[in-house]
Amino acid sequence: MTNPDTTQEILTTADGVPLKVSLKRALRRKKRNSLLLVAPLFLFILLTFLLPITDMLLRSVDNKIVPDLLPRTAPLLAGWDETGQELPGEDIYHAMVEDINEGAATKTILRLGRRLNFERAGMSSVFRKTARKVKGLQQPDSYQAEMLKIDQHWGDINIWRLIKRESGAFTKSHFLSAIDRQTNDDGTIGPKPEYKQIYIKLFGRTLALSLLITVLTILLGYPISYLLATLPTKTSNLLIILVLLPFWTSLLVRTSAWIALLQKEGVINDLLVAVGLIANDHRLAMIHNQIGTVVAMTHILLPFMVLPLFSVMKTIPPSYMRAARSLGATRFTAFVRIYVPNSIPGIGAGAILVFIMAIGYYITPELVGGTSGTFISNMIAYHIQGSLNWGLGAALGTLLLLLVLALYILYDKIVGIDNLKLG
Amino acid sequence: MAENNDPLVRFVDIQKSYDGEILVIKDLNMDVTRGEFLTMLGPSGSGKTTCLMMVAGFEPATHGEIYLNGQPINNVPPHKRGIGMVFQNYALFPHMTVSENLAFPLEVRKMNKDECKRRIKRALEMVQLAEFGNRRPAQLSGGQQQRVAVARALVFDPDLVLMDEPLGALDKNLREQMQFEIKHIHEELGVTVIYVTHDQTEALTMSNRIAVFDDGIIQQLAPPDILYEKPDNAFVAQFIGENNRLLGTIMEADDVSCKVEVDGGGLIHAKSVNIAGIGERATLSLRPERVIIQPPEGSLPNIFDARVKELIYLGDHIRTRVNVCGHDDFVVKIPNSATQAVLQKNTTVKIGWEMEDCRALDPSD
Ligand SMILES: Nc1ncnc2c1ncn2[C@@H]1O[C@H](COP(=O)(O)OP(=O)(O)OP(=O)(O)O)[C@@H](O)[C@H]1O
Ligand SMILES: [Mg+2]
Repeated sequence: MTNPDTTQEILTTADGVPLKVSLKRALRRKKRNSLLLVAPLFLFILLTFLLPITDMLLRSVDNKIVPDLLPRTAPLLAGWDETGQELPGEDIYHAMVEDINEGAATKTILRLGRRLNFERAGMSSVFRKTARKVKGLQQPDSYQAEMLKIDQHWGDINIWRLIKRESGAFTKSHFLSAIDRQTNDDGTIGPKPEYKQIYIKLFGRTLALSLLITVLTILLGYPISYLLATLPTKTSNLLIILVLLPFWTSLLVRTSAWIALLQKEGVINDLLVAVGLIANDHRLAMIHNQIGTVVAMTHILLPFMVLPLFSVMKTIPPSYMRAARSLGATRFTAFVRIYVPNSIPGIGAGAILVFIMAIGYYITPELVGGTSGTFISNMIAYHIQGSLNWGLGAALGTLLLLLVLALYILYDKIVGIDNLKLG
Repeated sequence: MAENNDPLVRFVDIQKSYDGEILVIKDLNMDVTRGEFLTMLGPSGSGKTTCLMMVAGFEPATHGEIYLNGQPINNVPPHKRGIGMVFQNYALFPHMTVSENLAFPLEVRKMNKDECKRRIKRALEMVQLAEFGNRRPAQLSGGQQQRVAVARALVFDPDLVLMDEPLGALDKNLREQMQFEIKHIHEELGVTVIYVTHDQTEALTMSNRIAVFDDGIIQQLAPPDILYEKPDNAFVAQFIGENNRLLGTIMEADDVSCKVEVDGGGLIHAKSVNIAGIGERATLSLRPERVIIQPPEGSLPNIFDARVKELIYLGDHIRTRVNVCGHDDFVVKIPNSATQAVLQKNTTVKIGWEMEDCRALDPSD
């Protein structure tokens, strides 16, 4: 078709520079400018988002505290055969005494105790006790015997196995805990005892309730959005303000309002009793359980469903419905076959927004969730603030992050992320 | 679908108001004949779309009744009217392929699969898009989308198709091509079309009859040639084609002709069409191509001196603006032919026209 001679020729601009080169140069300048424009935001995100997340990811496996605080014991333990039935040798007991002595002087030994206590209850007190008494030890005949005298736990081979297992710079124990597993004394990995299994259940509950909340916001939000999108702009603008009104009050206030409404002595129960629907001594428990969490969170997250839905529906021309009707479809058929498919990007965007917000929600479940309505984030918060087991908190957080990413990828596979429309 | 001469659509005393204050349609009476291509032409806001929406069933008539096939349809919902409709922005369903778009009206009518396939194929062939069945509307050009919209409105064999400025979004060349194609389809299928446009050339080339709308009233309903050559009133004369307008007072009048003293000076002999009576005001309407340059003395009833103000070369003719009878914007079209005299700017020439070519109409405003 085309003349081969002309296609071979290199195109040049007027001053003889090959067209591709000058095009590339122009593009590079453009790219540099756009980089400069995004630089402040990029720095901000780096500092406030990427760094903390990286820190969290590292913290979930970080175990430096043990080798750092047992500088003499840890290397020696590497040579000890923990699969046998023999306690470590005298040199290791000696090293441990010195490490504990040093740790007691710098008051860091308690941190080590706390760290190992997460693996096995009682470790903290073993270290505390030993640190107190080990000071007076002056060149004894047998360090092992002296230590056993201080605390007979030092004669338990499983404790030494534990210390050896956790003496590396990295640990998998936080992640194992986060999925309700543990390393058994014999080194195998197995499930935790029944009464200690909570996280898997909590992840499951978080997922299920988030899903339920997402579905509820779709059910409640779709009709509202449809109404808003079909009303004349003047009216719909007014109503949009009503939808946004909740944003003007603090989250805490809104959640507390739900407490006032839903509690045993609350407005709704009072009303039901007054009307005679329920007896005074059979007041409904609607708060500090899952109902409370679901109701309050559905309410709080509803705007995040309505807004993307509304903005997508606003772009669906009314002529689509008219066309469908003129082609012979009933109002219902036209709605189901034409309107709904065209609003799917809005449903997708709203659902993903609500779901991801719900899955990491903290304040509301904390306040109205009781014990049965708490989320995984409440447990993360507990480990960060209460038990100070930051490693486990970070592991739980990392798992949550992976879960969200996995769901996001799944969504992309099923619906397609290009289909997402936020405005 | 008995062949008969009853009108397919009848508008009887239709009035329409959206807000209860302004009548958008004032007393519309119109019959649309079976197989006809009827165009509603008028300026923006004159109520053309409103009319179509009432036929399609998306807007209720405030007063009066619309009959389709002799049946009153005011209370029939849109989906039971069986009227095809082509929208200005096509309104193709973006989440469906072309074939699925075409299948939609057939599926909601529960037509069997084979029949569906056959009809879709036929419809796509009709608009020369047989290859494009599996594309999405977004993958088509504007003209192709337009054709799909036409095919979809026709695929279920409606008696009546409504088109609301279907070519409004297309560029000029494509527009002209589509005008031809739509006209062709109309002739082939014998379907009745009510077509809305505010492009007068489009209306003139396509229609059997044109209803000129203004201000919620049909100003004139006539075939294109009649509309152009014999406008009933000053609005139609002005709206359709180019037109010289001269205002004046009627001095003498009978049923056939009248003499009008033009405001700028000069007594013009004109054809009586729509005038009040002696002493009243009137608008004279004269097409630029009917003006004769340098006519022989005494050959025409109207001969005047004209001063050439401007010459615009337009290839096949020269548009000449002259001052005549005190009117500065009088336009004459001079054909660009060897025999035609060449005019010079700022010279004075004689021009003239026949009595029949100059129509005396209502004074308008
Ligand atoms: N839904 C509506 N509510 C109120 N007034 C309306 C509505 N639709 C149209 N109108 C008014 O009715 C009048 C006629 O409108 P219509 O759309 O029929 O005009 P049109 O002839 O189709 O004009 P165009 O050529 O611009 O499409 C206009 O004055 C318009 O403002
Ligand atoms: Mg219109």
